Amino acid sequence: MPSEIVKYFIIIGSKISENKDFLTELDREIGDSDHGINMARGFKAVTEKLDPEITDIGAALKKAGMTLLSTVGGASGPLYGTAFMEAGKVLMGKTSLTPADVESAFAAAIAGIQKRGKAVRGEKTMLDAIIPASEAFSRKVSEGSDLAGALEGACESAREGVEYTKTIIATKGRASYLGERSIGHQDPGATSATLMLEAVLEALKGA
Amino acid sequence: MVGLVIVSHSWKIAEGVRDLAREMAQDSSGIITAGGLEDGSIGTDAQRIADAILAADSGDGVVILADIGSAIMSAETALELLEDEGKEVNAVIADAPLVEGSICAAVEAAGGGSVDSVLKSAEESREASKL
Repeated sequence: MPSEIVKYFIIIGSKISENKDFLTELDREIGDSDHGINMARGFKAVTEKLDPEITDIGAALKKAGMTLLSTVGGASGPLYGTAFMEAGKVLMGKTSLTPADVESAFAAAIAGIQKRGKAVRGEKTMLDAIIPASEAFSRKVSEGSDLAGALEGACESAREGVEYTKTIIATKGRASYLGERSIGHQDPGATSATLMLEAVLEALKGA
Repeated sequence: MVGLVIVSHSWKIAEGVRDLAREMAQDSSGIITAGGLEDGSIGTDAQRIADAILAADSGDGVVILADIGSAIMSAETALELLEDEGKEVNAVIADAPLVEGSICAAVEAAGGGSVDSVLKSAEESREASKL
């Protein structure tokens, strides 16, 4: 029987794998058509390499991040890898999470992605889904929502963030070569980030 | 001698660039490749790059040459991994084309140059006109 945190990663892995072709198709339109393949390979490795009995959430996130660094291959490897490792650092030793823990994990992950990608919000990247998701999460928590309620708000804002990426020009990564032609296409990284959050919500509801 | 790490999305490119650079330098033991992923797929792997940096360092430091896209991000991640593990290596990433930069860096390193001068040689290759 895998531990709780490992179950979450298994569900994230299946979600990414189910959407492999979709993510690759999005990336074919404005990138180098490898996002789905890369992400599926990375998360398959994560579920294989995580000790099924690991209960320390921070240690599991750190291991997942290290694995993504080595197995994704494209830019999302160091980006998501750093995000998970930084979130892992703030959650080290924890076996259950309060909403405040999740807020600090979001903040650490976002800071990690910004440092690694030298990107800010509004450049048609994964940050355009993750930052609004994090803000919605905190807003819901301050309004009294429980973990699931706050995460639902986060997923909704992440989806809105993905829609927003259709309206803006890419200035980072391979899509930036397309300039204005990138308008109308949703960002694959914002999409995969949203899928991950949705998977976490599904796992939480199923738990 | 300053070590070199050749980072490419492709294992074949990394090996080929090393072979070319070797022709220019008598002692090429410090030229280490980190090409592709462990399973041979196209991509870059921060952990492999970190291992290559350690292997390339003889105490005089390391210059990293990288190809496109995520190669730089993975190289930066590798430097942080080493820092987190408390491993002190004077390693820098060259803002240079992979092939030309590696050859210029290999020549300078073989001539006993410092990290700064090897980095400078690699980066000056950006200006070399071909026609």
